[in-house]
Formats: sequence, structure tokens, C-alpha cells
Amino acid sequence: MKTVTLSVAYIPLVDAAPLIVAQEMGFAEAEGLSLDLIRAPSWSSVRDMLSFGRVDAAHILSPVPVAVSLGLGGAATPLSAVMVLSVNGSSICVNKTLATSMREAGFAFGFDYPFAAGKALAAASGGKPIRFGVPFPFSMHFELVRYWLDAVGAFQPDSITIRTIPPAMMSDALAAGDIDAFCVGEPWGSMAVENGFGEMLLPSTAIWKRAPEKVLAVRTDWAETEPHLLGRLMRAVWSAARWLGDPESLITAAEILSRRPYLDVPADIIDRSLGGVMTISDKGEQRRVPAFIDFFNGAANFPWRSQAAWIGERLARRASLDPAFAAQNARQAFRSDLYRSALKPLGALLPAASEKVEGAILERTPAAAETGRLFLEPDGFFDGQTYDPSAQHTEKQ
Amino acid sequence: MSDRLSIVIVEKDRDRAIQIVDALKAADDYDILVIGEESGLARHIAARSPDIVLIDIDNPSRDTLEELALASGPMDRPVAMFVSGSAGGLAQTAIEAGVSAYVVDGLKPERVKPVLDAAIARFQMFRRMRNELAETKRALAERKVIDRAKGLLMKARGIGEEEAYALLRRTAMDQGRRVADVAEALVTASGLLS
Repeated sequence: MKTVTLSVAYIPLVDAAPLIVAQEMGFAEAEGLSLDLIRAPSWSSVRDMLSFGRVDAAHILSPVPVAVSLGLGGAATPLSAVMVLSVNGSSICVNKTLATSMREAGFAFGFDYPFAAGKALAAASGGKPIRFGVPFPFSMHFELVRYWLDAVGAFQPDSITIRTIPPAMMSDALAAGDIDAFCVGEPWGSMAVENGFGEMLLPSTAIWKRAPEKVLAVRTDWAETEPHLLGRLMRAVWSAARWLGDPESLITAAEILSRRPYLDVPADIIDRSLGGVMTISDKGEQRRVPAFIDFFNGAANFPWRSQAAWIGERLARRASLDPAFAAQNARQAFRSDLYRSALKPLGALLPAASEKVEGAILERTPAAAETGRLFLEPDGFFDGQTYDPSAQHTEKQ
Repeated sequence: MSDRLSIVIVEKDRDRAIQIVDALKAADDYDILVIGEESGLARHIAARSPDIVLIDIDNPSRDTLEELALASGPMDRPVAMFVSGSAGGLAQTAIEAGVSAYVVDGLKPERVKPVLDAAIARFQMFRRMRNELAETKRALAERKVIDRAKGLLMKARGIGEEEAYALLRRTAMDQGRRVADVAEALVTASGLLS
């Protein structure tokens, strides 16, 4: 097989690991590919490089292909999310002042109490507005922050503002006082803790136990004209994800990611999120978080159309579009069909259905699969709500 | 209401900003505002409500502008990356040159084109200058390494400068490598041995 070079844009984050590992550990080579990994300065440039054909594929926020399908932001080139690269993996951090007030009021920064955390945050703000930083307007971070604060119900509608700050600038923005809190992917939450600028309040799993975070995206027309190349790319990345899912790989993975062309941060900071043991303050307090970030288990890479629909409906509400129309469009952006055809030959566990009721799985559950024994991991929302994609407007709000 | 297009340029570097403004003014009479301050960028731009926003594609603050894609009120004008029909090629050239343009919905491509043409030419020049600068820096660094390698050879072998350079060059040719690479290897090895 002749080696083909594919260019792939990414943002330096822990969850870019499947692409970096695919190249560094030889999974790409095994598929006759060489990945030219292009480090991008911002999410909009990742999206635009992909839209305009500057790169063949991209590591991108799961809501971006959905937003594009709704005509929100960027070029109108249709994008396809062909697989999920990572599930979960973000954290919410607050600045030192808020953290101190919350502790003084008796909140112990337990990771399992999102209601209490929200109420403690509202109390600590003393009614003053709180400015949250998120990496992009179309991001799981934005949706999770909004979902959490709305469900806690302790804030006045106009007391929360959410601003866009690129991931690598988040920690400094907190230090500079441009924002009071943020939700961001690793290593940037841990970096803020390490630098003493903030404390970690919640992992994103405390809000939604199973949120699709980054996806592998390609142009939809490229997927149609280059199905074989796409299949090779997906198999390389899936093999890398499987390698990352093995706990024995973590030390090596942290070492690779920490290198200069990639994240350029110390490996022990990356270890925290990969191993699910988060340091939450500069006093060294730790919290254990199962599946803080998940690259592989429980069919983590499967692009559930129900998750695309959930994202689509929420974006539609913000942009005053019709939610039912948006959910329908959004579904087309998550390509469970391509996932099935590309990964079946490798023996990937394929769920029998492409949609599920989101939030309904409370414990590890066996699920119908095309082949093999598939267990789905808990996917609950912290307020107990569920989202049934086949029924419209089932959410309370 | 004036018919002049209003343009916002987001650029921290004052010299670059001035050059872009000059290039645009040469193309037509535009109403131009330069914003150098990055905090509250989306708010400042929304307040100004321009027809076109130009920003360096490598500027991470560009993501902030995406908030403008979500018009929140009836008076807000949604802003989109400039692409429609035949203009697609123009947007691609812009991206390759390193500039991204956000254009208000409904603005005619023929009104946008001269603005983008001028901006693209300017950004292409910036890019060329940046490449040249990087090239000069690299050449300078290489020269330094070669000088050190020559020095090492002169001392170790008791030869003159010209002979030392000839030796480096011959080795490079024999091994099919660049003189600078051979020099670099020599300097590294000598650092390890001393």
C-alpha cells in the first residue's frame, strides 16, 4: 500500500490524543497513512481550514458540524462528524476570590454535588454578575455551563454572561480578571489550578455523564469522493483510541502529548486527566473522577444521532430557529452510517440503533449490538432529565 | 445615511494596522475603525455594527467574533464568513493569505470584493515579510553554528579557517548533507565530549 499523507488540523488539547497517537504510535502507518498534524490557533480557523480544503480532516468541537448544518458560523460547506474522538474531559474552574468565599460558606468542593456547587457559587457571587469563559460559542462547554446554571435555578437570567476565550488563553484570562470562571478542556483547567489562578469546582461529567466532546470531521463531499481514504483514516484513529482506552498506555500517552510540537506542558499535568485523578487546588487536594475523559469504552467513538439532535435543538433555541427542523438537520451531521461501514471490518462494537434516549442509562447496561457484547456507560444528566429524540420538545425548558 | 461601507480592522500591531488602512483607502472611500484592544472585542464590534470585519486568521481572538454569528435581537445584523457562490474562490484566497473577513448578511459580493482584494494583497505582503524574516534569522543562526564548527576544527587540527571550511564542505558533500547540518552535529558532539 502506498503511503498517503493526510493533513489534519487540531487544537493542542489532551483530547487531540487519538490523532497524535495515531501518527506517533504507528496506527496511521499501518493503514498506509501519514498524518500531517497542523496545530491551529483557534477553533474558527480549524473549521475554516477544513471548509476551504486547506486540510483533509479536523479535530473539532462536537457542536461545530451541527452549527454548520444549521447555517451558524463559518462557510456553508457541509461537514460530517464521522466519529467521536473523546467523551467528557472538561472542567469548571472558578477564580480564587469566589473559591475562597465558597469555602468560607462551608462548601467543600465535592465533585458529586453539582446542585450544591451551583447554589454555593450563586451565594458567593453576592448577586454580582458572573462572567464565564468558554472556548467557542458552538461548544459542549457553552451548552454544559448553560444547562447546569439553568437547572440549578439560583441565578437571575441576566447575571450570567458567557464569553469566548481560546483554550490556551483561559487560565491567563482568569488571572487577569477578564472572567470569573470558565469551562474548558484539559490541560487548561489543571494549568489554572497549577498556576494558582483558580480552583476546580466540577468535572463536566458532574453535569452530563456522557457528553460527546470532540469529533473527527471531514467535508461531506470529501467523504463521498474519498471513501477508502476516509475508511483508512477512521480505522487508524479508532485503533489509536483503543490503545488509549488501555490504562497501561497512559504513561506513554502523557509523555507523547507533553512534547513540544503538541501540548508543550509537563506530562504530570496531562496524567491527571488521563488517569482521572484531578488536583483541584494549589493545596494539592485531589478528586477521583471515573471516566473524566473517555477515548474508547462503551462505544465512546460511536456518533449517536440522538446526541447531534440534542445539540441541534439547543443551538436552535439560541439562534431562534425551529428546534424540530434543527434536530432533523443536526442528525445528518453525525455519520453513524459511515462509522458502521468503516469500522465493521475491525470488529468495532456497533450498537444496533443509531439513536438512544439520552440521559436514560443510570448504570452500565448491556445493549443490543450488531456484533459482540456491548455495554453502554451511564449517560445521565445531573437533574435527572432525559432527551428522547423521537419525541419533540420533551425537555422541560 | 451614508453609503460608505464601514469596516472594522482587528489588529494589535499599529504599523500593520496603518498599512491595511492605507491599502483600503487607496481602493475606495471607506469608513474604517481599527480595534487593537482584544478584551470585549465582540461587544465593541457589535456596538459599531460594521459591514465588514477584517482579522488576521492566526489571531486567537478571532473565535470571539463567532459570537456575532448569533444575532440576538432584531436590530442585530448577523455576520458570516464571506462565502457565497462565485465569491467562494475569493474567500479561499483570503484564507490562504491569512486574513479572514466577516461580512454582514446581505451585502453584495461586488461591494465586498475590492475590500478583500486590497486586504488580501496587504496580508500576502505581511506573510512574505514574515517568511523572509524567518529565513534571515535561520541563515544567521546557521552562520553562527558554522563559525563555531570552523573554530573547533581549527583548534583540534591546527588548520586555518579556509581549510576548516573546506573540510566541512567536503564532509557535507560526501554524506549528502547540508554544511549547516554537519556543523551542527560537530558542535553538538564536541559539547558532549568536553
